[in-house]
Amino acid sequence: MKLGRVVGTVVSTINYPSFDDRTLLLCDLIDPSGTPAGGYVIAIDTVGAGAGETVLILDEGNSARQILRAPGAPIRTLVVGIVDAITEASPGEPL
Amino acid sequence: MQLARVVGTVVATVKSPGLEGVKLLVIQPLDRSLRPVGSELVAADAVHMAGPGELVYFVAAREASQAMPDPFVPVDHAIVGIVDAVSSLPGEEP
Repeated sequence: MKLGRVVGTVVSTINYPSFDDRTLLLCDLIDPSGTPAGGYVIAIDTVGAGAGETVLILDEGNSARQILRAPGAPIRTLVVGIVDAITEASPGEPL
Repeated sequence: MQLARVVGTVVATVKSPGLEGVKLLVIQPLDRSLRPVGSELVAADAVHMAGPGELVYFVAAREASQAMPDPFVPVDHAIVGIVDAVSSLPGEEP
């Protein structure tokens, strides 16, 4: 999974039927310290994430379709969690 | 999924079985500020309504062929939606 920050939404009326009634979030990819890691993804929201939140992004098709119970859907990227905190340990330090 | 602008069409008479009737479009991937990023690529149009100049979003890899009527076709990028609006949330403007 990847870390991201919700920076916007994408609105679409003409779409593949699997995307009907789904919320598309524009997410910048970030590193664990919160700085942009370069790049972004459009992900389907499954947790009710909002503006500026740090989120967990799943970018794997089979898992995504299983979570949405949408076999055969051309869907790969989901927001699957809202991150409360990230702790980075120093090398050798027990977590 | 990523944003892209449709910049052209591709016509191919001889193609792999299963691709008959699939519309192929040239798209330019965009960053979230809608600036071109990377090189253009050819994507199948899974919404059947995308045309030149339109802002779309596309899916890559295995999921692209899932958007085709026959999911076992050699397609690696597919347009799955036409974008009405991209909104930046307050404080997150690019």
